[in-house]
Amino acid sequence: MRAALFVTCVNDAVYPSTGIATVRLLERLGVEVDFPEAQSCCGQPQFNTGYRRETEPLVRRTARAFAGYDYVVTPSGSCAAMVRQHYPAFGDAAATAVAARTYELTEFLVDVVGVTDVGAYFPHTVTYHPSCHGLRMLGLGERPRRLLEAVRGLELRELPGADECCGFGGTFAVKNSDVSAAMGQDKVRNAVSTGAGVLCGADNSCLMHLGGIVSREDAPLRPVHLAEILASTEEEPWS
Amino acid sequence: MSGTYLGMPAFPAAAKEAVGNETLRANLRHATHTIRDKRAKAVAELDDWMLLREAGKRIKDHTLRHLDRYLVQLEESVTAAGGVVHWAADAAEANRIVAELVKATGESEVVKVKSMATQEIGLNEALEAEGISAYETDLAELIVQLGDDRPSHILVPAIHKNRGEIRDIFRDRMGAWGRAAPEGLSDTPGELAEAARLHLREKFLRAKVGVSGANFMVAETGTLVVFESEGNGRMCLTLPETLISVVGIEKVVPSWRDLEVFLQTLPRSSTAERMNPYTTMWTGTHDTDGPSTFHLVLLDNGRTATLADEVGRQALRCIRCSACLNVCPVYERAGGHAYGSVYPGPIGAILSPQLRGTGSEIDASLPYASSLCGACYEVCPVAIDIPEVLVHLRERVADQGGKGHRLEKAAMKAAGWVFDHPRVLAAGEKAASRTRRLHPSRLPGAGAWTNTRDLPKLPPEPFRDWWKKNRAQDRGKGARPAGSGTQGRDAHGPGVGGPNSDDRKDSGT
Ligand code: SF4
Repeated sequence: MRAALFVTCVNDAVYPSTGIATVRLLERLGVEVDFPEAQSCCGQPQFNTGYRRETEPLVRRTARAFAGYDYVVTPSGSCAAMVRQHYPAFGDAAATAVAARTYELTEFLVDVVGVTDVGAYFPHTVTYHPSCHGLRMLGLGERPRRLLEAVRGLELRELPGADECCGFGGTFAVKNSDVSAAMGQDKVRNAVSTGAGVLCGADNSCLMHLGGIVSREDAPLRPVHLAEILASTEEEPWS
Repeated sequence: MSGTYLGMPAFPAAAKEAVGNETLRANLRHATHTIRDKRAKAVAELDDWMLLREAGKRIKDHTLRHLDRYLVQLEESVTAAGGVVHWAADAAEANRIVAELVKATGESEVVKVKSMATQEIGLNEALEAEGISAYETDLAELIVQLGDDRPSHILVPAIHKNRGEIRDIFRDRMGAWGRAAPEGLSDTPGELAEAARLHLREKFLRAKVGVSGANFMVAETGTLVVFESEGNGRMCLTLPETLISVVGIEKVVPSWRDLEVFLQTLPRSSTAERMNPYTTMWTGTHDTDGPSTFHLVLLDNGRTATLADEVGRQALRCIRCSACLNVCPVYERAGGHAYGSVYPGPIGAILSPQLRGTGSEIDASLPYASSLCGACYEVCPVAIDIPEVLVHLRERVADQGGKGHRLEKAAMKAAGWVFDHPRVLAAGEKAASRTRRLHPSRLPGAGAWTNTRDLPKLPPEPFRDWWKKNRAQDRGKGARPAGSGTQGRDAHGPGVGGPNSDDRKDSGT
């Protein structure tokens, strides 16, 4: 099985470890991974801020970059949601075609590869924040949890108010920074209350926002992308 | 009630105040979470909830598509049943019509059923200017009115007040409006309700004119419907000689049968009840029962303009249940007043800028008062895709330029250009990575982010460089690697948990 990795602009520039983990995880499961280098940003920041026209070239670029692949996999629920939910409305045949073949990582693992036990080892206590776009737009449901529950050594702690937004929301984080920060602080407080050492998410934008608060408040938590947990093995553990 | 919203500051500034008010946040958190959980339970009881939701959406969409026809039919039915129909293009016209109707009765007082439409047009203030006193009779509206306050929630307008504050308002202000609060009034719910009951009873028995809105109007029969919990509505709708109802034109439904859907979805969504305690339905006038004169003022006030917008028009499906407010994380922290409108929360953020236009600072800021988390859409009993409308309205605001948006547009264009030119992007990423040790975690000028959050530290190299070094050479034409056995063969770059992870650790991200 061959799949194109849509790493996303945030992961490319700021969180390459998530991209690397995704590559290793998929390869370990027998998936042949390609990284079409023409890819860049899906256009979500522009689109969600009301700049539809400025989004169009990015939609076309993304569509061209991933044309011809049966599967496009991305370790980001919100970018997957952008492509899947909004690309068809741009009236570009290639964009519509890519939309139908784009999968968020946990969807791809569970629905396409057909695994929940990916052979990972991660001896830490973890609490999981399901980001809104994955939860509500993609309907990821129990997939991330099932994947995490199958990880050896991992102890999953229930996050209170898990389905509440962390407050990132793209440009919302700066346009309404007070409300955004208040939401993030509440989320971090809830995560700390679980006693888990790792705050896991499937969207690094949310983790960037939460991590910024964790760092500022010196909270005893390490935000880690789900892909990095799933990529971790006994032989090559994540530290 | 000081009901004016003119000159409201933009949402972020108004919200900042609320966020800093710990008591308010605790009140709102407690109240919204309680009702949110109850709603979830009430809705979960119905196996066919999603079908009811879809049916409600379709009934409303169908009606809106043929609104002209159904409104004319409604006028005919109401007239045939003995009512008089008036058409008001805007708030001023509606207020003038109501004031004239009240004056024609020779009365100078009216009792009111809680109604969003009359708040939207500022009817109480308009009547006051004409020497007519309008008394709110819903408990929470009474609290707001006596406290010279503004409502902050559609269903529980005094959600921002706690019991102690309510006791003080009753004790200090009731006397000036009618029967004073009993001596030694405590803040127990029972005593507060009794004080309100005694105060209001006097008004019900004296009033000759009642003013209401309506939840639904049935075109086929000319029937108006009010859902309520306290019974004050029943009093106002049946005791006075004259009843004047001010209703938005989008409240019409074609037939009696359509109510079946909303009788189920509205109470469960709003008060989390299987059925609301009082449902009052009236059709015109009757010789022996209820008001002998009935006027219906049909209100446009921006609705036909909203209807003209293909994406935005879905906001007119709203049945004002307020479920979206109760699940909204932004509403929970910013409170209702920050929305600068009688319609707060997610529905307010899409309705106010459409009804009033995006000309004012507050209205132009409302479409951004959301993280687009989608919780509102999920609970909405008529499936209004609020995030979709928010993004659509952001486009409108961005297009009109205005404060900050020209600069933002330029930045978005520039970013778009960079992202559309991966070579430039790659060079930028490289440069950023190379200078990463110099990047501070707090940036002057980036206060909106760094006042509360550290910036992430940049990695030693972007992902695409790692790929080039570790995988790209294997991807020569026709030389695709076998799927497995690639673990641990990376020539360079961080392993999982390598330097990148350490960077994360330092920066906490
Ligand atoms: S938008 Fe939907 S959820 Fe919000 S008040 Fe209206 S009907 Fe209720």
